[in-house]
Amino acid sequence: MQVTITVNGEPRTADVEERMLLVHFIRDELKLRGTHWGCDTSNCGTCVLWLDGEPVKSCTVLAVMADGHEVRTVEDLAHGAELDPIQTGFMECHGLQCGFCTPGMMMTSRWLLDHNPHPSEEEIRETLSGQICRCTGYKNIVAAVQWAADHPAGADAAATPSEVTA
Amino acid sequence: MTALDDAPRSAAGNPIGFGRMVRKEDARFLRGEGNYVDDVNLPGMLHSAILRSPYAHARIVSIDTSAAEALEGVHAVITGAVLETLGLAWMPTLSMDTQAVLATDKVRFQGQEVAFVVADSRYIAKDALELIEVEYEALPAVVDARTALEPDAPVIRDDKEGQTSNFIYDWEAGNKDETEAAFAAADVVVTEDILYPRVHPAPMETCGAVAHMDAVTGKLTLWTTTQAPHAHRTLYALVAGLPEQKIQVISPDIGGGFGNKVGIYPGYVCAVVGSIVTGRPVKWVEDRSENLMSTSFARDYHMKASIASTRDGKILAVRVDVLADHGAFNGVAQPTKFPAGFFHIFTGSYDYPAAYCSVRAVYTNKAPGGVAYACSFRITEAAYVIERIVDCLASELAMDPAELRLKNLLRPEQFPYTTPTGWEYDSGNYAETMRVAMDLAGYDELRAEQKAKRERGEYMGIGISFFTEGVGAGPRKHMDILGLGMADGCDLRVHPTGKAQVRLSVQTQGQGHETTFAQIVSHELGIPPEDIEVIHGDTDNTPFGLGTYGSRSTPVSGAAAALVARRVKDKARLIAAAALECSPDDLEWELGRWYVKGDPERGRTIQEIAMDAHGPLELPDGVEGHLDAQVVYNPPNLTYPYGCYICVVDVDPGTGQVKVRRFIAVDDCGTRINPMIVEGQVHGGLADGVGMALMELMAFDEDGNHLGGSFMDYLLPTTMECPDWELGETVTPSPHHPIGAKGVGESATVGSPAAVVNAVLDAIAPFGVRHADMPLTPANVWRAIQGSPVRTDLAVE
Repeated sequence: MQVTITVNGEPRTADVEERMLLVHFIRDELKLRGTHWGCDTSNCGTCVLWLDGEPVKSCTVLAVMADGHEVRTVEDLAHGAELDPIQTGFMECHGLQCGFCTPGMMMTSRWLLDHNPHPSEEEIRETLSGQICRCTGYKNIVAAVQWAADHPAGADAAATPSEVTA
Repeated sequence: MTALDDAPRSAAGNPIGFGRMVRKEDARFLRGEGNYVDDVNLPGMLHSAILRSPYAHARIVSIDTSAAEALEGVHAVITGAVLETLGLAWMPTLSMDTQAVLATDKVRFQGQEVAFVVADSRYIAKDALELIEVEYEALPAVVDARTALEPDAPVIRDDKEGQTSNFIYDWEAGNKDETEAAFAAADVVVTEDILYPRVHPAPMETCGAVAHMDAVTGKLTLWTTTQAPHAHRTLYALVAGLPEQKIQVISPDIGGGFGNKVGIYPGYVCAVVGSIVTGRPVKWVEDRSENLMSTSFARDYHMKASIASTRDGKILAVRVDVLADHGAFNGVAQPTKFPAGFFHIFTGSYDYPAAYCSVRAVYTNKAPGGVAYACSFRITEAAYVIERIVDCLASELAMDPAELRLKNLLRPEQFPYTTPTGWEYDSGNYAETMRVAMDLAGYDELRAEQKAKRERGEYMGIGISFFTEGVGAGPRKHMDILGLGMADGCDLRVHPTGKAQVRLSVQTQGQGHETTFAQIVSHELGIPPEDIEVIHGDTDNTPFGLGTYGSRSTPVSGAAAALVARRVKDKARLIAAAALECSPDDLEWELGRWYVKGDPERGRTIQEIAMDAHGPLELPDGVEGHLDAQVVYNPPNLTYPYGCYICVVDVDPGTGQVKVRRFIAVDDCGTRINPMIVEGQVHGGLADGVGMALMELMAFDEDGNHLGGSFMDYLLPTTMECPDWELGETVTPSPHHPIGAKGVGESATVGSPAAVVNAVLDAIAPFGVRHADMPLTPANVWRAIQGSPVRTDLAVE
C-alpha cells in the first residue's frame, strides 16, 4: 500500500506492507535512526515520536495509520548546528548515558514544554512515566527538562557549561 | 567537594584533568546520530529471526523446514543439524561448560534457540518461523532449584558424558572449623533463608549482531552488542576455527549493557553462519521477549545465612550456604578460579575473625547466565546477604541497625585489611562515610518521626546498607576468563600538532569513556580533553583487553591510560632536554610543560615537544622519535569502593504498597575523575536497586513457563518509583591505583537493594515480620504482613 507521510516537514511516499509498524518505517525505510525500538509492547518509550504534534509510541502505530499525517522525529529538534534547549538541557545536566532512550525522552519533554513551559517536578515525572531509562535513575532527566524550561532560548547558557549543576 | 574542581580550564572551558565537564559523546546521541548495532545497514544485507522453544524441557522428535524454505524471500533456514555438520551445534560457555547454539537433541529452557531463518526482511523471517514444524515430546521440567538434586529429578544435561544428575559444582571459601567454633561459643545466633531472585539486566537496547563474512578476503566483520569485543574475537577464533587476524569485532554504540552483553549468544553465532551460508551480510536483532527469556539473567541465589554475635552486638562469625540456580547451561561469566564469582566477599565491611561459605550450583530448565546486571561478579548477592542478616541480628538484639553497624565496621587503621575469606581491602574510612550518610539523612530525626508515626498507625521504615565491593578484575595470575588474563592494554599517540588519540581495550555502554579517559590523559599531560580523541570498541584499532564489566574500566583500563600517559611524559622529557640542550635531570614538570629547574622561562610545552618529536631535531641515542607509547596494565590487587546508603519508605499495610520517599547515598570510590559522571552512575544503580527490591519479578510456573517475558510483566522502575536521589561523598583514594580511582559503575546496584528491603522490613516490623524476599511487590508485602510470605521465584496461585 502506498503511503505519504510528512516526516520532519517533508512528504515521504513509499509502498509499505499494511502490517509495517511506524517505527520500522521510520528506521528501515527512511533510515532515520534516532527513533529506537525497545519492547513492542508500548512500555519502554524508546520509539516515541510526534504524530500530528502529539507524542506516540511508534511501535504500536502502523505506518498506514500515519498516511496523510505529520510525523516529527528527534532529527528535527536541532536547527543545523543549534541545538534545541531540551537537547542542551540533556547535555548540561547529564540526562543521558547510553543514549538509547534519549530521543524518546526528549521528544516527550519538548512536547511538555511546548504545552507547559514551567512544569513542576511532579508534572515532569508524570509526563515521562511511560518511558524507561536504565542508566540515569531519572534524576538528571528531570533536571534536564527543568534546565530547558529555565533556558527557553538555550544558546546563552550553552557558553557556560561549568556553572550549571545537575 | 574535592580539590579536583580546582583543575585549570582549557580554552573551551573544560578542566585540564579532573572535574565536571559535559560529555564529548553526547553530541551524536542528542541528534539521533548514535550508531547502535540495529543502525548498521550494509549493501545487500539480509535479516533474520530465531525460532524458539515453547517448552522448558522436551525432546525434539523432528524438525521440518521445507515450507519455510519455500517461502519467497527466505534465503536460508538453519537448524542444529546443519550446525552439527559445521561442528557448531554447541559452543563453550564462559564457564567451560557447553551450550547449544541451536538445539539438536532436546530443548532445555523455554525460549531456547531451535532454528534460524535468513530472509529479505525481518517480517519475512518471522513469517517463516511460523512455517517451521517442530515435533516435541514434552519432558518434566526442573523448575525449583531446591528439588533439582532429588533422585527422581529428570537429568537436564544428558548430553554430557558422565552427567547423571543436575549437579554442577560445589565450592567453598573461608574457614569452616573456626566458623563453627565461633558459632558454638556465641551468645546469639540468627539464621535466615534469603533468596536473591532471578532478575534481568534488560538494557533498553536488546542484543544483536550484523555479520559480514567477505567470501573473497575471508575477513569476518562483526558489529555486535558486546561489552568485551577483544575476548569475543578470540572466542570466535577458538570456537569456529576462524583465523583471528581476519576477525574484526566492532562494538559500536551500545544501548546499555549491565552485564547482559558480556557473553556470546547463539544469535551472534547464527548471524555469522548465516553470512557464511548466504554470502551476504546478515543482521540479527532480538526482540524484548527474546532478550528477557533467553539472554543472561542475574542472581538466582538461594542463601541460608547465619550470624553469630555477643549479647552486646559484637559480630563473631558469619556463614552462608548457597544453592545457585544456573539454568540449563553453566554460562556464568567469571574468572576461572572463582566459579561463584567474588561471592566470598560476603563478609562485608565488618571486623570479625571467622567466616565460611559454601556454594552448590545446579542445572534447572531455565535460561543460562548468572552473572549480569551490574553485579561485580556476585558481589551483589554477597552485599545483600550480609546487610540483610546484619539487620536480622539487630532485630534479634533489639539494637538500632546503625548502632550495630558502627560497632562492627572496620577501622581506618586496619587497612590494608585481609578478610577471613582472603580479600585484601585497600583503603577505607568506613565510620566517616556512615556518619556523613546519617547526617545527610537526619537519621535521629527520622527515627523520631517513625516512632511518632507508629503511634498513629502509620508504617514508615528506614533501611541502611553499608557495602564494600572488590572491583577491577584483576591480577592476571589469579584471574582469567577462559584462559584470557584480565589485564588491559592502552595505546597513546600524540600527533605533531599536540593533539592526541588514546586507544582503549574497554568500551563504553554509556559510562562516558570518551570523556573520562580523555580527562585521565589530560590530567597527566596537560593536553586539553577536547584535544584528545578516545578510540574504543573496534578490535582492529585498539589494543587487547578483557572489556567493560565488573566496574573494571577505571580500575584497570583507567590505570593503563594514566600509565601510558606517564610513559609519554617520560619520553617527552628526553625530547625536551634535547631541544633545550640540557640534561633530562635538569627538567621539572608542571602541567603540560617541561621546564629547566631554576629557569622556568626556559621550557617546552607538550605540544611543542610533540612537534619536536616528529621534526628534524636530533634526538639522543635510544630515543626513537614520535610521541607515543603502549602499556599493558596488570592490576596488583582489586580496588575496594564502598558506601553507605539509607532508604526511607512508607508502607500502606492495607495494600502492601511501598513508596520510596527518600534515598541517601554516600559513595567512596576514591578519586573522582568527573564527578558528574560518577553521580550519574550512582543514580542509575540506585534505580536498579529499587527495581530489584520492589518490582522485578521473573518467576516460573511448574512447567517452566517464564512469567516475566515482556515489559508488561517484568516491571522496571520509572520516574514515579524513583525518588530524588540525595548523594554525598567521601574520598579515600586507592593506594595502589595510579590515580587513586576505585571504580563506581556497579556500586549502587550492589549496595542499594539491601537498603530498600531493610527499609520495608523495618516499616512492617511491628507485624512481627523479620524477613521477606524480593521483589517486595504490594502482594508480597501484604502476604508477609499476613504472616504467609511466599516463594517469589515460583508462580503463586
